[in-house]
Amino acid sequence: MSRISHCFEKLKTDGQTALIPYITAGDPEPWVTVPILHAMVDAGANLLELGIPFSDPMSDGPVIQKACERALKNDVSLKHVLDMVRQFREKDKITPIVLMGYANPLEAMGYEAFAKRAEEVGVDGILTVDMPPEESEQFLTIMDAHNIDTIFLVAPTTSPERMEKIAQSAKGFIYYVSIKGVTGSASLDISEVSEKMTQLRQRTSLPLGVGFGIRDGKSAAAVSEVADAVVVGSTLVGRIAEHANNPEILPEALAGLVAEMRHAINARDMAK
Amino acid sequence: MANTMETNYYDTYPDHNGHFGQYGGRFVGETLMGAIYELEQAYQQYKTDPEFQAEMDKDLADFVGRPSPIYLAENLTKKLGGAQIYLKREDLNHTGAHKINNTIGQALLAKRMGKTRIIAETGAGQHGVATATVAARLGMECIVYMGAEDVQRQAQNVYRMKLLGAEVIPVESGSRTLKDALNEALRDWVTNVDNTFYIIGTVAGPHPYPAMVRDFQSIIGREARSQIIKATGKLPDALIACIGGGSNAIGLFHPFIEDKEVVMYGVEGAGHGIETGQHSAPLSAGTPGVLHGNRTYLMQDENGQIIETHSISAGLDYPGVGPEHALLKDIGRANYVSVTDDEALEAFHTLTRSEGIIPALESSHAIAYACKLAPTMSPEQVLLINLSGRGDKDMHTVAAMAGLTF
Ligand SMILES: Cc1ncc(COP(=O)(O)O)c(C=O)c1O
Repeated sequence: MSRISHCFEKLKTDGQTALIPYITAGDPEPWVTVPILHAMVDAGANLLELGIPFSDPMSDGPVIQKACERALKNDVSLKHVLDMVRQFREKDKITPIVLMGYANPLEAMGYEAFAKRAEEVGVDGILTVDMPPEESEQFLTIMDAHNIDTIFLVAPTTSPERMEKIAQSAKGFIYYVSIKGVTGSASLDISEVSEKMTQLRQRTSLPLGVGFGIRDGKSAAAVSEVADAVVVGSTLVGRIAEHANNPEILPEALAGLVAEMRHAINARDMAK
Repeated sequence: MANTMETNYYDTYPDHNGHFGQYGGRFVGETLMGAIYELEQAYQQYKTDPEFQAEMDKDLADFVGRPSPIYLAENLTKKLGGAQIYLKREDLNHTGAHKINNTIGQALLAKRMGKTRIIAETGAGQHGVATATVAARLGMECIVYMGAEDVQRQAQNVYRMKLLGAEVIPVESGSRTLKDALNEALRDWVTNVDNTFYIIGTVAGPHPYPAMVRDFQSIIGREARSQIIKATGKLPDALIACIGGGSNAIGLFHPFIEDKEVVMYGVEGAGHGIETGQHSAPLSAGTPGVLHGNRTYLMQDENGQIIETHSISAGLDYPGVGPEHALLKDIGRANYVSVTDDEALEAFHTLTRSEGIIPALESSHAIAYACKLAPTMSPEQVLLINLSGRGDKDMHTVAAMAGLTF
């Protein structure tokens, strides 16, 4: 069983909702990424999403665009991101890591070279924002051969037929984008999310994560009612931006935010 | 083998997933997948709809002023001392460039699809003006994204768009040029996908855009093919067009693709020179990758990050190129070459003085390559250049190069 599946099984047994924080690798400085990841795990993160910086992040709002710019100023690219995972795994062999990014850096490295290295260093999943199942045939085969779970997005605009198709290509979990918009742009509508979760559960037995509109403990807790995992990105990255000139305080600052969300989710999980 | 010219090109490309060989496709976020399928379906439906075609033909004739003539540039021909040079006069279209051929088509689609809001990206501003023009006519809200650097160098077009009622949003991210405007337009589309039609200005983006924009621009080549046969009694020996995203070039080339004796040249912006790295010539000096919805040749570093481009001409200043050109390059059907800023500027003056036609800086790249090619050809041979637009918008840039301001 993959590290991701194992993680969700255990959470299910414990009656817990997964908390998945997202940060962009190398933001604001390369050395601080791994310490932030460890600190977030200590604060209650169950899986980690690590963004691969890209020059043209078309699906991201200004907060994550700027994070990419800061990371790219430090020349952080896919090979460095993989090395950060290697470093992280020196101390943590349990917490699953999903890389999230755009197709071109993967194309440039080559799918096979990427998958081989990713497996070696302990990457568990890959989410390629601009590579729908239609374009993923070869990609899926190669990732599968290297035990990398392929995570796909489902959007509010996804038709039931597409949900089915996506469910067939997805591994690990399915990520529901809770708003029409770029990352960090709006607040989610919980009843709409709930309805989509129901539709998705009729089509897949994979765990369901929800992200894009979650800003605080309150919205995280609300989503945990209906989803198996809560993904939080722009709020954390926004905090990184505030302290970009003071990176040494970031592991603690982000741990604080993660802990707050963890508490809010736990309170709700207990009440279930 | 799909990648030979044995099978009929027109039946083969693109395939039903929008692939031109290994290029093209639909590389967008999930939120937009529904919208591009919806567009594809609408386009398939209306493409063969006689009423839609009749409305488009009427607009192209009465509003745009088509057919645009071909013009034998006798003075330039004499000056260069080789092939007879004909210009396809897209500069004479309403709004001053080929861009309106495409916006007329997409706007009619938008109307039939019940969309109420139009967005576009623009580089030189010609596509933005052409979009604002059709939006004004249809009474639709229009938002145009334009790189902040281009807002400065194409100030006159910005004002034209505003006069036409469009909102022009300067994009400050990245290199502040066309690619960043495209990113921002895609972000807008994701956010407003229900009521918004995105009019892409070139043969880029996810399927069906590269094929659809090509079809709308192919009127250039269809007209030119019969005009040149009528004028000279034969097919031309060579075609030349400049390449930004590649829409005016594919519009000219496409109807000639099966005429294998016709040699085609697409001219990219070599900027300060290919060897300086400061250019916008992905077909000449790039590698395949994925950007803005399709796989194509890109200017990128070894890590797959898109690198900044440079061209004197805002309309060519783009790190990618339409996927069909990537295919035509690989199968050897078209040749891709480049000319520098300086060569384009010289050609700008040459055409202006010899023929009394002031070309756009984009189109000046095509003229510049003709200045190299024509002398190597014989006087019986015919060279057809796509004069994609007029130079009114470039007065400030050209004056500044000469040290003048006004
Ligand atoms: C006059 C003119 N020619 C050419 C271009 C380049 O675009 P494309 O390669 O799509 O024809 C532009 C773009 O703005 C333009 O304004």
